[in-house]
Amino acid sequence: MRNRFLVGGLVLLLAVLTGCGQAGNQGRKELTVLAAASLMESFREIRDAFVAEHPDVGIDFDFQGSSLLAEQIRQGRPADVYASADARTMRKVVRSGRAAGDSKTFATNRLTIVVPPDNPAGVTSFADLAGPGEKVVTCAPQVPCGAATERVERVAGVRLSPVSEETDVKDVLNKVVAGEADAGLVYVTDAHAAGEQVRSIDFPASHEVLNTYPVVSLEDAADPELATEFMAFVRGPKGREILAEYGFGAP
Amino acid sequence: MRFGTRRGTRRPPASASARVRVPVPLWLPAIVALALVVLPVLGLLTRIDPTRLPTLLTSPEALAALNLSLHTSLISTALSVVLGGPLALVLARSRLPGLRVVRALVLLPLVLPPVVGGLALLYLLGRTGVLGGLLENVFGLTIPYTTSAVVLAQTFVAMPFLVVGLEGSLRTAGARYEQVAATLGAGPWLTFRRVTLPLLLPALGSSLVLTFARALGEFGATITFAGSLRGTTRTLPLAIYTTAQSDVDAAVAMSLLLVVIALVVIVVARPKAVEGRS
Repeated sequence: MRNRFLVGGLVLLLAVLTGCGQAGNQGRKELTVLAAASLMESFREIRDAFVAEHPDVGIDFDFQGSSLLAEQIRQGRPADVYASADARTMRKVVRSGRAAGDSKTFATNRLTIVVPPDNPAGVTSFADLAGPGEKVVTCAPQVPCGAATERVERVAGVRLSPVSEETDVKDVLNKVVAGEADAGLVYVTDAHAAGEQVRSIDFPASHEVLNTYPVVSLEDAADPELATEFMAFVRGPKGREILAEYGFGAP
Repeated sequence: MRFGTRRGTRRPPASASARVRVPVPLWLPAIVALALVVLPVLGLLTRIDPTRLPTLLTSPEALAALNLSLHTSLISTALSVVLGGPLALVLARSRLPGLRVVRALVLLPLVLPPVVGGLALLYLLGRTGVLGGLLENVFGLTIPYTTSAVVLAQTFVAMPFLVVGLEGSLRTAGARYEQVAATLGAGPWLTFRRVTLPLLLPALGSSLVLTFARALGEFGATITFAGSLRGTTRTLPLAIYTTAQSDVDAAVAMSLLLVVIALVVIVVARPKAVEGRS
């Protein structure tokens, strides 16, 4: 009796430790892609196009702030492909030794102002954002969109005092969509994806600060060939077309 | 010495052989459980870079976050006592119909994920919220993105700990002393001050510490409802999260601050909260 308890406990423990959910994927190839939050909509469409050509492949995404993902990869999070929203974050992953080969740039992006559709604060230019009483939300400088925000501020010669600094560009967008902020600085592509929910206001300084988006396959990817194939697809004509549709620039 | 012969019949001998023994198969999971609790904290300590630690701990970002965290948590705890204390009394002593439902509702923030709490607060008190819109239009008050929002989020999440703790101890103590006071002619207010309050003091201590600890650790409701800005709304947990995006060593150093505060809290609260109230 005692032994049976012990064995049962050990089996349970082993099952928990090894993760018993790995069975049942036979015959189907799985690709895990960790990608910047700003790639959410475009990469989902790219997946659909890729899977249409490779019916035996399933792609799992995790869209988060690039920096958070980079740190998770450095800590050994298993994944096949990493796509980041700037070169600085990608360098972190490459330096950690988890990248297989060099990263390749596949798109560019730039910032834009977004305001709620009725533009309650009457924002028309970047300088308006520095006005007193404007509730502006930006990304924190620790993440790519925040780093881009700092550079845009320098180019425009305008210092912003945001009411909140988010860790993810989608959080900035959501605050504007929810009407909790008068304006936010997000990527052109996020404004595009939000459609009618926000109005976007282009400003000259944003054209001088381009974020490049690199992608890399990771060391110990479960299926390196598939990872390479997916990356080639993203950079190929179909991938380019979809990315352009969402407002990304060509590399 | 005179009672020596009677002692054996009054209580069981206190020798080691009479102790309840833990079944051997339970030792393994018990050890795993302990490891699960302790090892991650030790893992955090191994990530600390001692040469950079002093600079990281005294960085403006860390100090601003620590300062804000201590302030807001103390205010939230005080608010929880002032509002939650009376609520505990009402729940334990009054005989209103539907009190069981109210008691269940009070538990809601305990079981709700804090992020959901933050969203709930936002849709009540945000600019587009029912009450928030009114506050902004009539009084020109905006709550999100302010330190008040942090305090509100912390109170929402932490106050139930105080209510549950105090209510439990009130029910355990029973209403006998209060009834006696009433038969002796004391009014409700006098009874509360001279009988109920002294009865509550031991439980109040441990509940206060738990409430403070929960407020200090609040993350989800705060980041959703209050946003994140240094010195205004970025408490230690938020600062750790933001900093971890780019500088893990700095985030670990800040985490160390919270671990130290947590240990102090445990040491202070231990006699009453863990070893049962006397």
